[in-house]
Amino acid sequence: MLSEYIFWFLSFVAVFSAAGMIFSKNPVYSVLSLIVTFFAVAGHYFLLGAQFLAAVHIIVYAGAIMVLFLYVIMMLNLNELEEEKKSLYTKALSFFAGGVLMLVLIAVVRRTEELQLIQPAVYNADLGLTQHLGKVLYKEFLVPFELASVLFLSAMVGAVYLSKKDLA
Amino acid sequence: METAPSLFSLYFPIVLMAVVAIGFVVTTMALTHAFGPKRPTKVKDDTFECGIEVKGNARSPFSVKYFLVAILFVLFDVEVIFMYPWAVNFRELGLFGLIEMFSFMGLMIVGLIYIIRRGALKWD
Amino acid sequence: MDSMLIYKALLTVGVFAVSLGIAAYLTWGERKLAAILQDRVGPDRAGPFGLLQPLADGVKMLMKEEMIPSKANKWLFIFGPSFFMLTACMTGAVIPWGSGITVDGVVYPLQVTDINIGLLYLLGVVSIGVYGIMIGGWSSNNKYSLLGALRASSQMISYEVAMGMALIALTMITGTLSLGEISRQQDAGLANVVYQPLGFLIFIICAFAETNRAPFDLPESESELVGGYHTEYSSMKLGFFLFAEYINMFISSAVMATLYFGGYNFPFQHELGLEGNTLAILQTAALFIKIAIFIFVFMWVRWTLPRFRYDQLMNLGWKVLLPLSIANIFITGIVMWALGKLN
Repeated sequence: MLSEYIFWFLSFVAVFSAAGMIFSKNPVYSVLSLIVTFFAVAGHYFLLGAQFLAAVHIIVYAGAIMVLFLYVIMMLNLNELEEEKKSLYTKALSFFAGGVLMLVLIAVVRRTEELQLIQPAVYNADLGLTQHLGKVLYKEFLVPFELASVLFLSAMVGAVYLSKKDLA
Repeated sequence: METAPSLFSLYFPIVLMAVVAIGFVVTTMALTHAFGPKRPTKVKDDTFECGIEVKGNARSPFSVKYFLVAILFVLFDVEVIFMYPWAVNFRELGLFGLIEMFSFMGLMIVGLIYIIRRGALKWD
Repeated sequence: MDSMLIYKALLTVGVFAVSLGIAAYLTWGERKLAAILQDRVGPDRAGPFGLLQPLADGVKMLMKEEMIPSKANKWLFIFGPSFFMLTACMTGAVIPWGSGITVDGVVYPLQVTDINIGLLYLLGVVSIGVYGIMIGGWSSNNKYSLLGALRASSQMISYEVAMGMALIALTMITGTLSLGEISRQQDAGLANVVYQPLGFLIFIICAFAETNRAPFDLPESESELVGGYHTEYSSMKLGFFLFAEYINMFISSAVMATLYFGGYNFPFQHELGLEGNTLAILQTAALFIKIAIFIFVFMWVRWTLPRFRYDQLMNLGWKVLLPLSIANIFITGIVMWALGKLN
């Protein structure tokens, strides 16, 4: 009962702050709203018993990626930043792209029940603990894990290469 | 949702801590706003620049190096996060897990060496 | 269950109040210690030995004029220090302050909450803490503030990586992320610093950098940046920035004592013939003695060492501490394998 109330509260916060992120004029406020959204989503993870995922969500998204975003926003010269005039063509195109993405998401969400991704009968609440996650990640998903390190390496090289062009 | 009670008793104190801290911060801010004198003048509220007249604006673009540090931080942070589930299970995963993680970290070291050799972290 | 919840609520408020009170007296302690090191008297006007000085400072901060620069973003300007203070207060929740007091057969733990992701919670709060400074420095719309905020944030994120790596080597030994469990393990065995001397060294250096304490106080280096990210701040908002630094110092000392120096355990505690609540109280006292020693080191270093240059700071973080912490993980792994501790 209580977890249901918490769920509705968190969902309200998540949706509200996500809307705030889109509609606020000042990009810094957008970043702050997005951080609030991340916290609400982390709260949802907690409700599902995925404690590790919740903590990681906060550390990586709110603590690392949004710092990067804030840097970018602080780098922009906000005072001279006028609202960019977008042509009707761009607007229509972005509306179309966003609409397609939304359709895909709706289709996926609708199918979750028939796919039976979540089976309450076999659902193990301890699965979200770091111990269990580690056992699964380092035994069953070994190859994706090792591939992830290749991905990190290429990201590092890319970041250094792109910024070095500016430095040189 | 069966785990809610135990999780609730674990995380309720943290929520409470946040509420107490927010309450303290807001009250103190309100009090200092209420007690402090308010005699604003144009010069007083001007940006402080050691007495020299303010030229331009503070919000100008800065070095791309700070940005690069932030990107590298994100990458290394995620790699560190990947290592926590492994470290917790370190004893159970045994030698195989050790080799597995060493190869993961091997590529990370290669990345770090590349970053340093290219002088990406050179501040002068 | 319900009485436990009420107890937890009281403990939460208690921990919050105690960390505020201790931080307040740390400001006095720092000034006194600086005075002793520099052959001065230090604060001695307010009360005996100047013991009422923190109160006087607090009242002064509260009564000062609140200035918000006309070019600043008003709400973000207020939000910055408030958020910084908020994150500083949040960390105390996962630290075990003692083994627990037994009343009528019920054990009341002296830890607000023993979540099994305690270490990650600590890292999370630390990583969020950087926003207070960034927002505060940026919203001031002052060149010094922005430079200070930039320096502070890039310094904090740089040292966070090495800190996380040092904690991984620790986790390899403890096998848990719960701070309560780590404390209990050190009761049975030796303090973790015996197994992780290099890890501790890395961690304490990172703790200095994360709290922006000297020799890592570049963000507020007064000789070049006026006041760094809090140049434009006055009244209690400035107070929050300064005060949160002392809370951070207290909490990071407590974290170091818990993770590497046995937490509330002290040597030969079971040979004294004490048990129950007497032992528990002595254990809490032992923890606070350890914290006091770390805080002394923090202050001692500040009044002894000169400040780093920015390139030295970045080199230390990325080219010394990060490779060292990676090497530490390798050494820990190989040694534990050689000792046959693995399955």
